[in-house]
Amino acid sequence: MKIIVCIKQVPDTNEVRLDPKTGTLIRDGVPSIINPDDMCGIEAALQLKDQYGCHVTAITMGPPQADVALREALAMGCDEAYLVSDRAFGGADTWATSSTLAAAIKKLGYDLIITGRQAIDGDTAQVGPQIAEHLGIPQVTYAQNIEKTEGNALIVQRQYEDRYQKIKITCPALITALSSLNSPRYMSVAGVVSAYDTKEVKLLTFEDLKDHVAEENIGLKGSPTKVKKSFPKQVKAQGVKHEVDEDEAVEIIVKKLKEHFVL
Amino acid sequence: MDFNLSKKHLLMQELFRQFAEKEVKPLAAETDEKEAFPYSTVEKLGKYGMLGIPWSADSLSYIMCVEEMSKVCATTGVIVSAHTSLCAAPISDWGTQEQKDRYLPNLTSGKWLGALGLTEAGAGTDAAGQQTKAVLDGDNYILNGTKIFITNADAAHVYIIIAMTDKSQGTRGLSAFIVEKDMPGFSIGKKEEKMGIRGSLTCELIMENCIVPKANLLGKEGEGFKVAMKTLDGGRIGIAAQALGIAQGAIDVTVDYVKERKQFGKRISQFQNTQFELADMQTTVDAARLLTYRAACLKDAGKKYTSEAAMAKLFASEAASDVARRCLQLFGGYGYIREYPIERMMRDAKITELYEGTSEVQKMVIAAGMKVN
Repeated sequence: MKIIVCIKQVPDTNEVRLDPKTGTLIRDGVPSIINPDDMCGIEAALQLKDQYGCHVTAITMGPPQADVALREALAMGCDEAYLVSDRAFGGADTWATSSTLAAAIKKLGYDLIITGRQAIDGDTAQVGPQIAEHLGIPQVTYAQNIEKTEGNALIVQRQYEDRYQKIKITCPALITALSSLNSPRYMSVAGVVSAYDTKEVKLLTFEDLKDHVAEENIGLKGSPTKVKKSFPKQVKAQGVKHEVDEDEAVEIIVKKLKEHFVL
Repeated sequence: MDFNLSKKHLLMQELFRQFAEKEVKPLAAETDEKEAFPYSTVEKLGKYGMLGIPWSADSLSYIMCVEEMSKVCATTGVIVSAHTSLCAAPISDWGTQEQKDRYLPNLTSGKWLGALGLTEAGAGTDAAGQQTKAVLDGDNYILNGTKIFITNADAAHVYIIIAMTDKSQGTRGLSAFIVEKDMPGFSIGKKEEKMGIRGSLTCELIMENCIVPKANLLGKEGEGFKVAMKTLDGGRIGIAAQALGIAQGAIDVTVDYVKERKQFGKRISQFQNTQFELADMQTTVDAARLLTYRAACLKDAGKKYTSEAAMAKLFASEAASDVARRCLQLFGGYGYIREYPIERMMRDAKITELYEGTSEVQKMVIAAGMKVN
């Protein structure tokens, strides 16, 4: 089975501060990390590799600096790594990004694609599902557990707030990984050595992908998103939790609604 | 001359930092408080390849590992250092093919932990005064004697033991042996209670008619002193790295503290005394790092590094004690309380000036290298 894991290099938001005047992110000097959900995607792929001997390829679209994120994926145990990078891809929104990544994935060939649920810098959760749509394959988002079953089929648990669904899918397919899916392994010493000494990060440019994606669907030109306004997320106070029986719960809710003049 | 780490070494450092932060730091206080050898951490160190780094990567990566572990837990730092430098390294350097095949894979994978038995009650700095004897009897050597202050002792499976095979030859009558824990006549003696690095197991090794196969002689008969001295050259880079880690770790926790703590209506980081103290200490620690990395790079290049290793250990260990003490001063009274890790760091730092050669021994080595005698 050939697995492709899509990863994104993001600023470590634990280290990011907001400019109090403009409300924008101060990215200077902030370390870059692999997006946490994507780390779980890598781990899920490597667990399938450990059990069934799959071939795991990590792929990212980004500037040349994203090389180090792919080296980290190689050092964790991925077999191959591709950096999709070209000036022509610059300024891409999620649509152009997913068009480009889908083209690269099509070129490389795959049975299973794993992406993180969403990236901590943009929080859109769009790129994974869009890749599946571009490729016309089934997808299961918000995976909290993946099990391989007979043939090319997988049973995936899709998480909801209060329950989960068990969904059986047949590859080729795409799964988006939640952080609750697993605990990502560390790199290993031998892995770091091989990430630089024996393995390589291969470059894919527009020239390599032009048979699979049209020029008008990539980069700034291929990005229909228009940003109206950006603002920092307002942190709301935590809600109050009451552990009471139904009758008391009704009373509390009605009282609150009256306090806020809803009733 | 290039002072920059390569991309590979930067990623290696990132691995050690992630591991130290998530696996080692949370256990450090308890390891110290309960004198609890961190067996579970050692198993994980083995799993990720951190107990055989010079063989899968290089010495620079190895000392960066000791440095990063020691920043958060000096006990974990010395476990890695003693195992790698004092046991696996001499087998790799002096062992026969059969010895390497039997011991190295088990040591570098972490299946077996290693230790070195050199020090005796009457033979510390004067390592030539060894009383432990080894007598050839058919296919075996029979060892008798007691080693003291042995790091990793009870947790280890393999020991390099230095013993006298020919007293009339002085240091040239010493030989090195590879001894396994379950060999007949071998036992672990008293466990020491220590001021610092309290989680590391420091015990006596007792050999009473201990039967060691002739095939376990490491190097030739009479080469034991050479084996020990060369082993300590490598070990000193490891201890320099441990000291460097303790010192940097002390600065790191102090920087966090002074930015939070307020006195006289200001954060204490705003006082010039705090700034000057920390600037001075970081400069010293950077100098220690350069000395330590230089010694490791010389070793990796296959060049002589005896003096450079001694300089690194001398400077880094004295820096560690000095920096930890001054950092504690910046904490004020809180520094003396166990709620903060700085008092542990100050206790841990002292040992680096003592073991694998005291600071005075390092000066003897450096002076000898300068041909001053």
